[in-house]
Amino acid sequence: MNQFLKNRFFDQIAVMFGREAKKPVAISPVAQQFHAMKRATNKERLAAMIREHHATGKKVHTWRNRRWAVLILANLLFTVSFWLDIQVLEGALTASRFIGFHLIDLNSALQVMLAHKHIIVNLVIGTGTILVLWLLLGGRSFCSWVCPYHLLAEWAENIHLWLVKQKLVTDQPMDRRLRTGSWLVFAALALATGYTVFEAISPTGIVSRALIYGPGLALLWVLALLVFEVFFSRRAWCRYACPIGLTYGVVGIFSPVRVKYTLAECFHEGDCRKVCLVPHVLDTVIKGRAVDVEVPLGPDCTRCGLCVDTCPTGSLKFEVKGLSKLM
Amino acid sequence: MSEMRKPDEEQPRSQAADVPAAPSGPAAKPPPSRERLQQARRKWLRTILLTGGVTGAALSGFLPLVYARTKRLRPPGALDEKDFLASCIKCGQCVQVCPVQAIKLADLVDGFGVGTPYIDARDQACDFSCDAVQCILACPTGSLVYKKPAFLGTRKGAKLAAAPILKAKEKDAEPTLNLAERIGVARLTRPESCLAIKGQGFKGQTRGAGFKGRLRYMEVDRWKPIKVADHPYDIPECDLCVRECPVKGAISIETVFAPDGSKRKSPVVHEPCVGCGVCEMVCPVEPTCIVVEAREVWNT
Repeated sequence: MNQFLKNRFFDQIAVMFGREAKKPVAISPVAQQFHAMKRATNKERLAAMIREHHATGKKVHTWRNRRWAVLILANLLFTVSFWLDIQVLEGALTASRFIGFHLIDLNSALQVMLAHKHIIVNLVIGTGTILVLWLLLGGRSFCSWVCPYHLLAEWAENIHLWLVKQKLVTDQPMDRRLRTGSWLVFAALALATGYTVFEAISPTGIVSRALIYGPGLALLWVLALLVFEVFFSRRAWCRYACPIGLTYGVVGIFSPVRVKYTLAECFHEGDCRKVCLVPHVLDTVIKGRAVDVEVPLGPDCTRCGLCVDTCPTGSLKFEVKGLSKLM
Repeated sequence: MSEMRKPDEEQPRSQAADVPAAPSGPAAKPPPSRERLQQARRKWLRTILLTGGVTGAALSGFLPLVYARTKRLRPPGALDEKDFLASCIKCGQCVQVCPVQAIKLADLVDGFGVGTPYIDARDQACDFSCDAVQCILACPTGSLVYKKPAFLGTRKGAKLAAAPILKAKEKDAEPTLNLAERIGVARLTRPESCLAIKGQGFKGQTRGAGFKGRLRYMEVDRWKPIKVADHPYDIPECDLCVRECPVKGAISIETVFAPDGSKRKSPVVHEPCVGCGVCEMVCPVEPTCIVVEAREVWNT
């Protein structure tokens, strides 16, 4: 990692905690050359090429379909394990056992540890296993590849975007620092009250339990969140409130699985930023912003692959750091 | 707020301003426009609104505690309520291992207890037909424990004098149940309706033909609990609560003196009662004459 990418690495951590994405201070000489070349390009010809892209380009859903399949299968495995008593994945997303091995959600574990102030061995084993697992699989990939609320929110987002297109609603963005605030508030509440306060409203836990043990009144809260997201603020819960996302985001800082941006191929059309849940990690695709010719996206990226599907030039691709060297 | 722009549209515009290709004199930024300031202020207001909403929703979990809802019977081995609510991760693994599905998960009305396990003994009591208290074994966070960690105190009368002996395991090499504290105590709340006290017998299905509750009957199958409705009774003097109690010496029919001095028979609960609730489930009278008082301790 060169100095330019190192700066961006730390910058993106700050961005994850809620700071606005800013223009980079220093850009590598090679990237600067690219930026200069792109500025010199005939703008009309570029615009024509982009139009052509949009006219002929089919909508690709490869990664989205894979992801939805994984998400549905993972949650289905919980349900059938209980209903058919096949005992493969027992429990719910907050804590479970995969063929006997403890798995415990990091944020739920944190809430319990802070509230109860006592940690038993199984809790440590389960939390450790999940930590290693998501460290290997990309941190916030938990959000987009497993969390059942994420899928519901994606569908609600489609309705929201349709309503926006019809000019019936407008998206009301909020300050992203709110999520860091809510993480701190819920940690403090657990510590001070001795109740796992966040777990009472966590849509991830509520939906997961509803899928396994049957629906309950708690789903009304989830419905309220979805209604809020459809009519008021796009993906508000995941973007501005959910502390689970931040917890896994921190894990993602060190994860080798990520999406990589290649400056040379990019037309700067901005399609990726329109589909992204966390567009601030894609600030690097804005004209003149990339600090190097290849830039990995920051830790707040959920590795959902929507940008990879959307990019008509293949500038955004999944990579596993170090794997290319091994192979 | 129709003048609000979507962030996706906003970005390319500001990006155009960022490109240093169009130099127009010194690089000093113009002061933000009134519209922009207004936008920022509105964004802040919304953010504060959402913060308030989410925190408020979360804290509404306190309401049921304030109103002190009915105490719920927790699964065996549960820590004291406050510690239980602090440590339960709401995963339902205890629900999954229970052979008679006695354990249910609480809903929204239980505030911070949403997703926590409880037992409705009248519907389906814990009959210990798993022999090993599987729910305790399944608990990943130590909300249900065989033995409490030292730093957690034990309420007086909650601790069982001796390890309870399971009637079903009486002939085994190890007849006891691995349980240190009771989860409640059974109490005869409506003696005036009790068939034993009235000297009456009982014939037929206790709780009727539609009752879904299950119980282990040793003479039927030790490892397969059957529906109570599939096991009709014909007994000259009702002693169902004593007969089906899974714990040895927890309840018996004794001869007692009525207030008027006359002798009569009555179920009497003893110290080994762990509060499993089988007596409450099998009582044929509606409503039940005997109930388990959740989290109650043994007072001598």
